[in-house]
Amino acid sequence: MTLDRDLVRNIAHLARLELSGDEEAEYMAQLENILGYFRTLDDADTTGVEPATEMVDAGDALREDVVNNPPAGEELLANAPRRHDRWFRVPKIIE
Amino acid sequence: MERPASVFVNNMDYEAVIGLEVHAELLTASKMFCGCSAEFGAPPNQNTCPVCLGLPGALPVLNRRAVEFAVRLGLATQCEVRLFSRWARKNYFYPDLPKGYQISQYELPICVGGWVTLSGEEGEKRIRLARIHMEEDTGKNIHDPLNDVSLVDFNRSGVPLLEIVSEPDMRTPQEAGAYLRKLRQILQYLEVCDGNMEEGSFRCDANVSVRPLGSEKFGTKVEIKNMNSFRHVERAIEFEVGRQLRALEEGEPIVQETRLWDPEREVTRSMRTKEYAHDYRYFPEPDLPPVRLDREWVEAIRQSLPELPDARCLRFVREYNLPTYDAEVLTSRRDLADYFEAVVACGVTPKVASNWVMGDILRAVRERGLDRDLRIQQWPVEAESLAQLIQLIERGTISGKIAKTVFERMIATNQPPEEIVQREGLVQITDENALLSEIHQVLADNPDKVAEFRSGKEKLFGFFVGQVMKRTGGKANPQKLNELLRAALQSG
Amino acid sequence: MSEIVWRPLADVSKELDAGRISAVELTTEILRHIDATESRVRSFLTLTPEAALKDAREADRRRAGGERSPLLGIPIAVKDVILTKGVRTTAASKILENFLAPYDATVIRRLREAGAVFLGKLNCDEFAMGSSTENSAFGPTYNPWNLKRVPGGSSGGSAAAVAAGQCYAALGTDTGGSIRQPAACCGIVGVKPSYGRVSRYGLIAYASSFDQIGPMARTVADCALLLEVIAGRDPCDATSAPHPVPRYSAELERPLRGLRVGLPRECLGEGVQAEVREAVCSALRWFEGEGVSVVETALPHLRYAIPTYYLVATAEASSNLARYDGVRFGLRLGEEEGLMTMYGRTRACGFGPEVKRRIMLGTYALSAGYYDAYYLRALKVRTLVRRDFEAAFDRADLVVMPTAPTTAFPLGAKTGDPLEMYLSDIFTIAANLAGLPALSLPCGFDQEGLPIGLQLVGRPFAEGQLLAVAHAYEQSHPWKDQHPSL
Repeated sequence: MTLDRDLVRNIAHLARLELSGDEEAEYMAQLENILGYFRTLDDADTTGVEPATEMVDAGDALREDVVNNPPAGEELLANAPRRHDRWFRVPKIIE
Repeated sequence: MERPASVFVNNMDYEAVIGLEVHAELLTASKMFCGCSAEFGAPPNQNTCPVCLGLPGALPVLNRRAVEFAVRLGLATQCEVRLFSRWARKNYFYPDLPKGYQISQYELPICVGGWVTLSGEEGEKRIRLARIHMEEDTGKNIHDPLNDVSLVDFNRSGVPLLEIVSEPDMRTPQEAGAYLRKLRQILQYLEVCDGNMEEGSFRCDANVSVRPLGSEKFGTKVEIKNMNSFRHVERAIEFEVGRQLRALEEGEPIVQETRLWDPEREVTRSMRTKEYAHDYRYFPEPDLPPVRLDREWVEAIRQSLPELPDARCLRFVREYNLPTYDAEVLTSRRDLADYFEAVVACGVTPKVASNWVMGDILRAVRERGLDRDLRIQQWPVEAESLAQLIQLIERGTISGKIAKTVFERMIATNQPPEEIVQREGLVQITDENALLSEIHQVLADNPDKVAEFRSGKEKLFGFFVGQVMKRTGGKANPQKLNELLRAALQSG
Repeated sequence: MSEIVWRPLADVSKELDAGRISAVELTTEILRHIDATESRVRSFLTLTPEAALKDAREADRRRAGGERSPLLGIPIAVKDVILTKGVRTTAASKILENFLAPYDATVIRRLREAGAVFLGKLNCDEFAMGSSTENSAFGPTYNPWNLKRVPGGSSGGSAAAVAAGQCYAALGTDTGGSIRQPAACCGIVGVKPSYGRVSRYGLIAYASSFDQIGPMARTVADCALLLEVIAGRDPCDATSAPHPVPRYSAELERPLRGLRVGLPRECLGEGVQAEVREAVCSALRWFEGEGVSVVETALPHLRYAIPTYYLVATAEASSNLARYDGVRFGLRLGEEEGLMTMYGRTRACGFGPEVKRRIMLGTYALSAGYYDAYYLRALKVRTLVRRDFEAAFDRADLVVMPTAPTTAFPLGAKTGDPLEMYLSDIFTIAANLAGLPALSLPCGFDQEGLPIGLQLVGRPFAEGQLLAVAHAYEQSHPWKDQHPSL
């Protein structure tokens, strides 16, 4: 299992993790080791096996179309690092 | 369609290939996965809760009505409605996406296949649908120019959406526009979406490419975003097709990319290409069970579907013997068609009812902006009252001309037409003696005109009619008046 | 009087009912004991003594009004990945260091209704990712039996607090063994319910298709009392099961005779500490003596359990942890350099190394070109592991395994090698992969005096049976009466 530096950088970018060069190298080595071990999965015979995507039969679990939440109070916005009135404020978004 | 579907470039005929992706916000009371109001226009972040703000620990629970709406559209567009479909997470970072992923459907959407029929002068054309899937809307970012920052409002976050993806079956911008209008009409008939493009409850992205006519292969596809009206969609596609043909002509490559429509300058502009390609890392949503539809529920939804515009239009032509044009206008909106049928049900001749509804009623509706609502709550005049008014004309109680006055009074006072006619003394004069005495007076007052008429200037007939109408306040029965006046003029 | 801190919850509840002690007195006593022991154990991230005394006064008032409930006035504590309204909830992460929970998790709401007294929030591995509680951003917790050892993880704070007499019970969460392994390390009982048995609403998600909240206490009966309160369908969690909740605490006395216990042949091989193997075998001999038949079963796909778990769980985690973006709550850094830097720096500085490692691993497993080979393949093997258990349950009513291959290891022993740390989850992970209920209870001590855990795994929703079997074993093995000297 070999990873290259570009792949590690791309993964970090997708995950929005600003990694230093040292961290990139460290994660690359660790992921290589871990993924190398994980290749044991290749030995498992999965022909015709359905992927497990539902861990419990919880019925249809639908809710009725009813508005039952009160207007959002201050406590929902109070954890915001930056606000402008009732908006969440972030650096300018550049398309 | 009025424009040619092919253009001659580099000694070859080229055609455009257009597919549309439509996002329709559903008219549920609450959001897709939480009990927050889905209503438009609340103060910032008022319609939010831990679920639609993506707070730690919050979990989605699916709105039954959103599923029902998806099924309604699927059935109305002849889709295969899947009894088993699955949720997936689409992962990407953006400030208006609170969880860092959008709950959507990916490999198993709720509806596949199906089509929308367009009818034009050359007959009918089917635009096939690839799929219809459910997903949640994002919040909204606004730019604060004062501080040069962005502000995020999550009121729209979690509002249910249907994404309707067509096959690349359209060949002209006009066809794309017609498809979009048809789709919106169906959504509105089903009362699942209000179809408001300006407010963003009905949005459209276009995939556009060009290829030599007759070629089976698709050209390089360009995605266009940011079109906020039907006109923009048509103009943007037109521009983009032209741009691609020019590129071919000049031997430049067409790049697969996303371009934004600039409505000011009427051009499409390349979005800055991203450093890295998008990788949404779709995977099955572990917080939601798959959507399992009960066959009987789907059947019940099918039974509850309203008559759809195409079928209704055909029936209007057949059943009411209306011209196709009338039937199309009347069935353009479900409530208008309902209104028309309510008038006819009171015993009015369909074509007469059609004239009134398409004319005076529609004008009054538009003047008052009533057609901005998905379903008109208060008509300018109730259907029964309009029918009574028409019947007053048909019985000869009032003239068509007087009826216009009565109609205006009905709108203003909300009173039944008989009452207005009685109170204001608008009943038509059909009594021969009464009419004759007015006629004789007019003839006596205008001896020279009478002489001119009798010497052959027949055009003056209208002048005499006008004079009698003036004296009777317009109430003279026009047919009777004609008869008696002609007799009086000729007998002299 | 200080002996009361070591008594089982069920006993103390009777004392409260009899009026021999008030909830306020009891809570005061517990807070005093916490004060005396916390500097050595460090199980709490946030202590809320005033709120606890307020809860206790309310409980006394309710009891005076004639209300009777086993949890009324009982001091408990909660792993800090479960939201408690108005109280800081950190997930042991810097990214949530100052996060005030704006709502109660469903389990908290249910425990409040039952009258529990909340002492505070317990340490754990950051976002419940780890097996030693050394991944907490706020420092480790120490094993009350030996302060140089880890308490296990990720619910290490919960296990240590219960073992140290700092609370009568605690809530933990179990994604790959995070209740059972620390319970084993600290010599207490911990129950991981069937997937869907307990609502996850208000649990900070690590891996959604595995996570379950469960009780941790010094006796099986105490766990039963908590479980019957927190279990059950929740309209806020679409994956919570509609199955009715039995009164587990009333159904603990069941005959063992005729039961069939399966021993997977993969479980006592190499890598398992000799004393652990011996303790498990000795427990099995006791069961045989009680008329239980021990049958050999096989879990042939157990060898794939670790890669399967670490691929699926980290994939889910990479998505679950995307919401920590510095926009609506939590840490924000680097905004002056623009949105991209804000995202990257907030997350790079806010998450610890193990969390970042798992996010990287999960992102990789889901990314274009690797999805089929890693994530999808792992989902298929997950099905195979489930089928292994289905086959095992054809032959046996429950499966017995060691909880962990070794007793609590020294602090720092495995922090340098993430893969080795992952491998210590081998016996607990299988139950999470299959969504099955599992329980760990003490079954002896090793030569160094460290507790050993016995694990029972049952059929879906067979918590009642697991609790009854564990209760029977516990009644004839007085380990529950031993407690660490602090």
